[in-house]
Amino acid sequence: MESDPNKIIGEVTQSDYKYGFVTDIETEYAPKGLSEDTVRYISGKKNEPAFMLEYRLKAFRHWLTMKEPKWAHLEIPPIDFQDIFFYAAPKKKKEYESLDQVDPELLATFNKLGISLEEQKKLSGVAVDAVIDSVSVKTTFSDTLSKYGILFCSMSEAVQHHPELVKQYLGSVVPYTDNYYAALNSAVFSDGSFCYIPKGVRCPVELSTYFRINAANTGQFERTLIVADEGAYVSYMEGCTAPQRDENQLHAAVVEIVAMKDASVKYSTVQNWYPGDKNGKGGIYNFVTKRGICKGNNSKISWTQVETGSAVTWKYPSCILLGDNSVGEFYSVAVTNNHQQADTGTKMMHLGKNTKSTIISKGISAGKSNNSYRGLVRISKNATNSRNYSQCDSLLLGSGCGAHTWPYIQVENKSSIVEHEATTSKISEDQLFYCQQRGMNAESAIGLIVNGYAKEVLKQLPMEFAVEAQKLLSISLEGSVG
Amino acid sequence: MLLSIKNLHASINGKEILKGIDLDVNEGEVHAIMGPNGTGKSTLASVIAGRDVFEVTAGEIIYKGKNLLKLAVEERAREGIFLGFQYPVEIPGVSITNFMRTAVNEIRKYKGLDPLGGGAFLRLMEEKKKLVELTSNLANRSVNEGFSGGEKKKNEIFQMAMLEPTLAILDETDSGLDIDALRVVANGVNKLRTKGNAFMVITHYQRLLDYIVPDFVHVLFEGRIVKSGTKELALELEEKGYDWIRKEQTTDDRYQISDI
Repeated sequence: MESDPNKIIGEVTQSDYKYGFVTDIETEYAPKGLSEDTVRYISGKKNEPAFMLEYRLKAFRHWLTMKEPKWAHLEIPPIDFQDIFFYAAPKKKKEYESLDQVDPELLATFNKLGISLEEQKKLSGVAVDAVIDSVSVKTTFSDTLSKYGILFCSMSEAVQHHPELVKQYLGSVVPYTDNYYAALNSAVFSDGSFCYIPKGVRCPVELSTYFRINAANTGQFERTLIVADEGAYVSYMEGCTAPQRDENQLHAAVVEIVAMKDASVKYSTVQNWYPGDKNGKGGIYNFVTKRGICKGNNSKISWTQVETGSAVTWKYPSCILLGDNSVGEFYSVAVTNNHQQADTGTKMMHLGKNTKSTIISKGISAGKSNNSYRGLVRISKNATNSRNYSQCDSLLLGSGCGAHTWPYIQVENKSSIVEHEATTSKISEDQLFYCQQRGMNAESAIGLIVNGYAKEVLKQLPMEFAVEAQKLLSISLEGSVG
Repeated sequence: MLLSIKNLHASINGKEILKGIDLDVNEGEVHAIMGPNGTGKSTLASVIAGRDVFEVTAGEIIYKGKNLLKLAVEERAREGIFLGFQYPVEIPGVSITNFMRTAVNEIRKYKGLDPLGGGAFLRLMEEKKKLVELTSNLANRSVNEGFSGGEKKKNEIFQMAMLEPTLAILDETDSGLDIDALRVVANGVNKLRTKGNAFMVITHYQRLLDYIVPDFVHVLFEGRIVKSGTKELALELEEKGYDWIRKEQTTDDRYQISDI
């Protein structure tokens, strides 16, 4: 007779992190701490051209003048930037031609996560640029992609082989002056993915990257740049899990997307960084700046995210709708449990005429967590006949958690329409009882109800991801709902 | 005996609703539970199913030789108890297919059976849909979301067909149904009747019993079963109305009438 929802919620959400393990891979570190020397060290390690070092140094100097943002609904202990490793690279032989040459430990790690490269290669037709710590270890499918003229490689490689593109687009959507964490990232970014889809090319596979923080006490600063040229299409997936740690780990990523005329980019994320233990000890601090610009007319950028991890999440994937008739979308499920805190949402900046944006945000809070939606819809004077539809729902599991919604709406012309809907609900005892009466235990019942609640967002994910995300939602709430 | 209820007392928020129920149900039997509103019919159904807002203060329920009151809601369900809800709840975003598949496979797991694969499950759904004459494409819709009253009730019968319970309790499944929907619901029940299972049909009106012919009729009044008989009792009730019961009871205890 354990159907008291609070009790159920307590049990399901208090389970421990499933992916908490450390892989023993030889790692090479930069000296601890942050200074111009660190920046030079990183740039030097990567053998970067002068313009890149220049850019990093400018960003670093600017960062020194900035302060951490305090406006988010987050409680974060002070971060000692001198106590962090800003660069860690697995020591490796020069190049890998096949998976046989890849460190077996590393492959085992991927296997534990159920995302083995081999399987991926054989079964899913997904090209994987697997980033472990800071350096890309293995890039697959690049040959296939190059047939279409698609460039998909690590950011480090892009800097070496396509400096003109990097120079043209890096920082063009998120300048290093944008915010504290973007400046930090611009100074010390370690690696990430680079993707360029040429004119008129429809990328035939889902591109994906798995990020994983592995070396202890190492900041992780991913930098991703996706450029879809005129009429191009690409669907990009990013997912991550991280091993269990006691010390907080800093993660400050920047993702930039450029969509030219008639281009379309779909960016999907499943984020499952280590969230800390039941008592709020440890966990990743995740400060992410993600932004795309619909530069040309009729372009489209769609963000889908499933956020279940991190102790702290600070993340607002946004769209600048510059081209006329351009479309921005944001679909988000954010789950917080135990002592997790999330302040996430989006910005839709309507600049072009007839621009459209859709925001669907589903927050799920359990335990003692806090889950906030923060979003801005700005329709500028020239963005006539523009439309936005926003729906922000919060689902509470138990009574110890919080859900907050801060929608900011600015409309500067009279021909545009903005709609905003918001709901807050609890999993009802009636729903639980109904499911249990059909033979389900409380955990599966809650998994089912939560997945139903998040369906609008989950259905936006590519198939491979959707299945993973559904499991993840249930796992994330294990022990909270009980 | 499948189900044996003895001197069952249950209350909610300190208010006693069931005041000593005695009821025996054997396999192969259909029992109709009748009575005016607010006499504890739905409470009885909920207590058997294990809803914990009701506190059992005295008495026992033995089901398949087990102390039912010690089993969790889902264990009762897996042991073959099905409750057709009076007000089926909506579960947005969860398709009936997904809902049923989860339920069927959890019950199979409990019984030590392998889960049904996608194809086998869909075939089972088709078969049961036919059996209960479910023609509309409810299966792809979210559980009860936006369903009409009739659709909700048909969906309950469909779920019953899928889960093949040993004891099915239908809580006012007939309420709010037009005559066609009523016939569909009743046909479903009749097709599912076997020698090995039993039904408790809770209803306010005799109308349903024209279609589902009960072996026994019990009249619940003020938390007690005050009359039991065969199907003729339902007809008598129809003819004389519940006032008949009220009058009989108030001669025993005239103060309780004011509570109605």
